[in-house]
Amino acid sequence: MQGLFCSNARAQVIDTSSKKLTTDTVKRHHLKEVSISAARLSLRNTSATPVQILKGTDLEKLNSLSVADAIRFFSGVQIKDYGGIGGLKTVNVRSLGTNHVAVFYDGVEFGNAQNGQVDLGKFSLDNIEEIDLYNAQKSTIFQPAKGFAAGASLYLMSKQPNFEAGSRTNGKLSFKTGSFGLVNPSFLWQYKLSDNVYSSISTELTHANGRYRFRTTNGVTGYDTTAIRHNGDIDAQRVEAGLYGKLKDSSAWTVKGYLYHSDRGLPGPTVNNNFDSKQRQKEKDVFIQSSYNKKFSESYSLMLSAKYSDDHTQYFDPTITTTRGLLENKYDEHELYLSSANKLHISSFWNAALSVDYQRNTLDATQNDSTVYRFVRPTRNTVLTALATEVLFKRFNAQASLLGTFVNDQVDTLQAAGKKTKFTPAVLLSWQPFDNPDFRLRSFYKSIFRLPSFNDLYYTFIGNSLLRPEYTKQYDVGFTYNKTFQQHTLIYFAIQTDAYYNQVTDKIVAIPGMNLARWTMYNLGKVHIRGLEINSQATWQLPGELFINTGISYTYQKAIDVTDPTDTFYGQQIPYTPLNSGSVLVGAEWRKFTFNYSYIYVASRYDSKYNSPENYLRPWYTHDINFSYTTNYNKHKIKLTGELNNVFSQENYIALNFPMPQINYRFTISSTF
Amino acid sequence: MKNINYKLLYLLLGCTLLVYGSCRKAQQPVPEVVTTLFSPDPSSVVKGFYLVDEGNLGSSKASLDYLDYTTGQFSKNIYGQANPQVVKGLGDVGNDVGIYGSKVYIVVNNSNKVEVLNLHTNKRITQIDITNCRYVTFHNGKAYVSAYLGKVGDPKAPNGAVNEIDTTTLQVTRTVTVGRQPEEMAIVGEKLYVANSGGYSPPNYERTVSVVDLASFTELKRIDVAINLDRVKADQYGDIYVTSRGDYYNIPSKLFVIDTKTDQVKKEFDFGVSNLWIDGDIAYMYSYEFSHITGKNTTTYSMINVKDETVLNTKFITDGTEAQIKVPYGIAVNPVTKEVLVTDAKDYVSPGTLYCFSTAGKKKWSVITGDIPGHFAFAY
Repeated sequence: MQGLFCSNARAQVIDTSSKKLTTDTVKRHHLKEVSISAARLSLRNTSATPVQILKGTDLEKLNSLSVADAIRFFSGVQIKDYGGIGGLKTVNVRSLGTNHVAVFYDGVEFGNAQNGQVDLGKFSLDNIEEIDLYNAQKSTIFQPAKGFAAGASLYLMSKQPNFEAGSRTNGKLSFKTGSFGLVNPSFLWQYKLSDNVYSSISTELTHANGRYRFRTTNGVTGYDTTAIRHNGDIDAQRVEAGLYGKLKDSSAWTVKGYLYHSDRGLPGPTVNNNFDSKQRQKEKDVFIQSSYNKKFSESYSLMLSAKYSDDHTQYFDPTITTTRGLLENKYDEHELYLSSANKLHISSFWNAALSVDYQRNTLDATQNDSTVYRFVRPTRNTVLTALATEVLFKRFNAQASLLGTFVNDQVDTLQAAGKKTKFTPAVLLSWQPFDNPDFRLRSFYKSIFRLPSFNDLYYTFIGNSLLRPEYTKQYDVGFTYNKTFQQHTLIYFAIQTDAYYNQVTDKIVAIPGMNLARWTMYNLGKVHIRGLEINSQATWQLPGELFINTGISYTYQKAIDVTDPTDTFYGQQIPYTPLNSGSVLVGAEWRKFTFNYSYIYVASRYDSKYNSPENYLRPWYTHDINFSYTTNYNKHKIKLTGELNNVFSQENYIALNFPMPQINYRFTISSTF
Repeated sequence: MKNINYKLLYLLLGCTLLVYGSCRKAQQPVPEVVTTLFSPDPSSVVKGFYLVDEGNLGSSKASLDYLDYTTGQFSKNIYGQANPQVVKGLGDVGNDVGIYGSKVYIVVNNSNKVEVLNLHTNKRITQIDITNCRYVTFHNGKAYVSAYLGKVGDPKAPNGAVNEIDTTTLQVTRTVTVGRQPEEMAIVGEKLYVANSGGYSPPNYERTVSVVDLASFTELKRIDVAINLDRVKADQYGDIYVTSRGDYYNIPSKLFVIDTKTDQVKKEFDFGVSNLWIDGDIAYMYSYEFSHITGKNTTTYSMINVKDETVLNTKFITDGTEAQIKVPYGIAVNPVTKEVLVTDAKDYVSPGTLYCFSTAGKKKWSVITGDIPGHFAFAY
């Protein structure tokens, strides 16, 4: 999908009818995007795997603070949002499970070996230029082996330095404030060190008390109460710095450092007589990553990347008193990652690629500054090899890849999961059946698994080192159609539709052992998922410089548990998966003003496997609006935005007993210079 | 022409979503579900029993079921219908239930309360706030409730407590500090025995039973037994049966007998017991143990004659039904008919099953319960 709004298409149109252009810098800004836009349009159309893209101004139009807020507008995704600014937000794509979604930040995976889930609420949109979601994998053979290794891949791209002729600097100052006691200043500074080396620094502070009003009721004959959500406060700081260089031989390199620190309350479930949790969490994430790209000749290209990360997490629970004081668990996770991707251009229509990645993960833990009882300090060495080939014809292209995964786990005591070797294939097809290139068909098949996380295998008491990987198989067929119109009111229209069938086997589930505090992980569970996704966008140009953008997404998902016919929940919809969900976006631009309206609807779900009235969760939906005004002051482009979320103050629960905020607002003032 | 079509399409789609989205089903309290299991016995001495389903931590789905022997009916989820006005229902993790006089006491662990209901109407009388409460037992007009921590939030206070509640005023009258994370209690004579687990500080588990003098409400002594104690049940011969959960790795679960005349361990059984119910001379027991070595669970059912403390070679399930029970979680014996009731918590995140076995060990009936059925109280 080319964004949910189609400002790029609009930019294209402006480009072709440049006589109409004013000298307005806002529009000049659009012009800059034209070339990128053209590339994206073709990618969207020719990608054999469904891709949904949000970028640049499209992103700015959404009432979103974090990446998690933005990708709610994608089809086929389910966001689990525990509410508020600091609450955990994870994504599940096509019901495969959160652990099957890989999150890449500037091309390198942002992993979590401990529990396999990435909190997307942590990624502020402040420094994000583009978000791409691919089902299966990116439709290219020239990528790190990691790119082949997930059920779905979310690519986050930070803002890259890009200077106008004669300029050496770009900067942006922004300040957000609003509900939940939010105070959120940020600063971006890009500097051209030389013609071949650019630098960038981005930093941000987030402070919020996280308090909001919520309502809970079980109907007119029962209770109906309104309360204030507590313990959702957050203090977070982020600093990112990057260097981007080009060498004389036209090779390119980047180095990026990232520092994130947060201290937050962990809001708990609002259960009877106990609405407020007292647990807290501190995080300190540091990583440095680097990449190098070189095209040695027409026939051979190389891409190298490396990353080292160090993540500290600290949990504090004052309601548990141990013999060493109030419970405080600390986790220390290290990751080293090296990747080499090689592409061979064999003939005009035939390419082959070989990627080899190496990753080393370690996890250490302490409880109240002592060794955690029976904690085994796991180390995981992973080698991934991906052999891929593609054939490219004018109206047809096909890709096939085979991923080899070689894992060796070591622990310092007890039993390790040991060595595992797996080979998993993917086949991707894209076909233009008619002369008209606007319409294309596509299809893919992919088999992939997720390894049990360190928690699944080794967590004291619950871990089960005998676990097998959890497998998924995905089948997809779909089409894309997009059309740009000249001299019409409708200037752009696009639609993409995919039908899919997924199977999950050996699903890793937690089952309590002797009592509730002693869960154990098992390979149990089979899920069959049938789904349909539709995405459509259109842009209209109306008289008087008025542009209207619209976007619609719709998802149908039937995801049923087929583990054991004797289970009470056999054949029923799996938890937290709505049958229907969708979003509507309408945006209007007129001169210096924009107005955007969005609506997200998620149908009723069950919060547990058994689809009974006890486990029924009502549909949730939210109407959000925003206005913005952009103007120039000296050399600054000043933008003022006002957002209103959940306009009708619906009481919403995405996760059971985790209330979402009622109506809330946010103001942003930013200056680009 | 084309443009208008698209516009119409969008309008239509948009409106459909809006209209669909703007109407949600009106909410209502979850109604109870009544199942007839057997023919009514209006003259039954035991009128029925309550079954508390724990519900998963964080779900606030503890629920209450009732089997009525006089009508032969099983009513699932009766609390919500009787008390629709209680915010978020019975609460989070129902951990124990007991009946004293005309009141039902339900210990709701993560709702930090003891819920008190009218035995005849099931309507709430009040709640008594006790943080992290675990079990309840009764004696002489008082209810005794164990709690994992005597004082919450004090880093230097890892010990638990037993709270005394006056069953007339329904107020906490006295509190006594015992060992760390106390679990079940039993009262013999004027002494209360509570099993200390120490579960918050593995491997530094507690290994004692605290003996509390009820008159002075002070801890008299601690009896050394084994690590990580859990269940305590008294028999009619002045002995108490105490289970140790072991460390889930190398130290296995075991069963101990304490003679309350000497307050010494007088016998130890070399097999694991997760839960037991003593009726007359017989203790009915099961064990459900996970091994980190084999990655498998082992379930066993056994019986002991408590008069002479010998293991019986009889079984209370004889028809092979045990193969269907995935996770035995609760056990009780009808004091009159001697029918054995066993609950299956299955995967703990879906409804459980309650089984009734005849004295011959044959399944008489079974019924779907709430999530994690585990705690019984008979009503007369």
